[in-house]
Amino acid sequence: MDNILILTIIVVIYLFVVGYLGYYGFRKTKNATDYLVAGRNIHPVVMALSYGATFISTSAIVGFGGAAALFGMGLLWLTFLNIFVGIIIAFICFGKPTRHIGRNLDVHTFPELLGRRFQSSFIQGFGGLIIFILMPLYSAAVLIGASRFLEATFAVDYNVALLIYTLIICAYVLAGGLKGVMYADAFQGAIMLIGMVFLLIFTYLKLGGVLVAHQSLAAMVSQVPDKLASVGHLGWTHMPKLGSSLWWTLVSTIVLGVGIGVLAQPQLTVRFMTVKSNKELNRAVLIGGIFILMTTGVAFTVGSLSNVYFFNNPEFGKVSLAVAGGNIDKIIPLYVNNAMPVWFVYLFTLTLLAAAMSTTSSHFHAMGTSIGRDFFETAILKGKQSKYTVLITRMGIVLAVLMTVVLGYKLPGSIIAIATAIFFGLCASVFLPTYMGTLFWRGMTKAGAISSMLTGFFGTTLWLLFIHKKESAALGVCQFIFNKPTLAKFPWIVVDQIVIILPIAFVVGIVVSLFTKKLSQEHLDNCFKHVK
Amino acid sequence: MLGIDDPQIWVVYFLCVISSIFCIIYGISRWNKGDEPVYPEDKKWLEGEKKVEEVL
Repeated sequence: MDNILILTIIVVIYLFVVGYLGYYGFRKTKNATDYLVAGRNIHPVVMALSYGATFISTSAIVGFGGAAALFGMGLLWLTFLNIFVGIIIAFICFGKPTRHIGRNLDVHTFPELLGRRFQSSFIQGFGGLIIFILMPLYSAAVLIGASRFLEATFAVDYNVALLIYTLIICAYVLAGGLKGVMYADAFQGAIMLIGMVFLLIFTYLKLGGVLVAHQSLAAMVSQVPDKLASVGHLGWTHMPKLGSSLWWTLVSTIVLGVGIGVLAQPQLTVRFMTVKSNKELNRAVLIGGIFILMTTGVAFTVGSLSNVYFFNNPEFGKVSLAVAGGNIDKIIPLYVNNAMPVWFVYLFTLTLLAAAMSTTSSHFHAMGTSIGRDFFETAILKGKQSKYTVLITRMGIVLAVLMTVVLGYKLPGSIIAIATAIFFGLCASVFLPTYMGTLFWRGMTKAGAISSMLTGFFGTTLWLLFIHKKESAALGVCQFIFNKPTLAKFPWIVVDQIVIILPIAFVVGIVVSLFTKKLSQEHLDNCFKHVK
Repeated sequence: MLGIDDPQIWVVYFLCVISSIFCIIYGISRWNKGDEPVYPEDKKWLEGEKKVEEVL
């Protein structure tokens, strides 16, 4: 009862602050002149923390932190890509032209950016539909991560924890959490940063310092479960055996899938349009680099080191995976609850609440606009204004929340990192070639963009249904048609689609563009106005 | 290095820190660079953004 009371107090204070910041942000954007001219534009720290909070969710901390407890410190390659690709390349190379082209074409969603750049309502509608249908998979991963922590911390049933989070999401959306999200997200980013810094310090202190902690983890190589050793696990301070099943999963699905997929995340790209000038983007690189290091870097390091804590603790005496009963999604919640002081557990509850809500709110924002603005108003009504857009958008958000919750109940254990990686990889294969053409290649044509997106979508779908064994076996279509779980053999059955389909989508986009009708010079000049 | 044998791990450990340091240096060195005037497109965009927010 005490637990529930504390949780309620934390949630109420948190929702109050976030609700106020949402209102404050919304009110600030009401006066365009104030926003743009009087220098009251979004502060770079606010922009970077908001981007970071949207990017890094409970999926990264709980799901991928748990994956690090299984794969080991090799997951730090994802942190490196998160900083190098997700911050340096995204902000410096993608952010600046996205901001200019987005404003030149007066676009407000990611599919709208692609659609207007290539003068295609199909691109906008198709992109919107994909986001609306598939993003709940990622939102569910975030929800599961948060619920697993509530389950471990407050000793409530997982299903009850999921219900609690669903109610928090509903309260958040109703309180205007989707409006003016920048300030609320930045506040949440700050909470996340503080929580993760403490987690790193406590973990290294508890395990005897940086060097001793790493040496202890390295010495545990003999404790690698046989099942993992047989698929290439060489210890938690080693990369898996080159070319092994575990290596392909770590490198292709987790590191490349998420590391590259971040460039084409709809909810992140729109953030670039909200800043006043390139100066804010330059400044945001500073905060973003620190933020990603201190969130994913800490989660992956602590996840790996949790093995030392659990193994050396007589109460457990086992590696993390065994302590969590085989469900990697439970490892970080169990670790924080057992290894950290009580006050920190509450701070971390707040950290994860912030991480979950900042990301899911941007998801519901993206899904709502995808179905209302991109699909309904642009693809179906061909751009005509309709009084039903508001209704469709709101119904879309309700449906998106429902789909997310249903997936949260239905998805199996150890799913957070995989579900996130599937969504990121899919976004990369479907959107990235067209998005890069949007920003950097005037020669890309409407036909080239459409064919690249269709190749990415259908190529990924076929790969998941018939080749990549983990999904093809679970989905059962290949078994039903061909009476076997996959059509391919090792190593293809463990190679992620991003390694195959993304390059094909690029080639298709380029080749088709070379042989099809170019966009008018006038349109291109308008798109690239002010782009240096 | 750092108690870690596999160079693929300690190298990336350092790469993470180095890339973060690069971000810090980049941000500081360009702190006052990239200022741009307010274009008419910016004002139009903000009006549109307000409408999107109102729908939500």
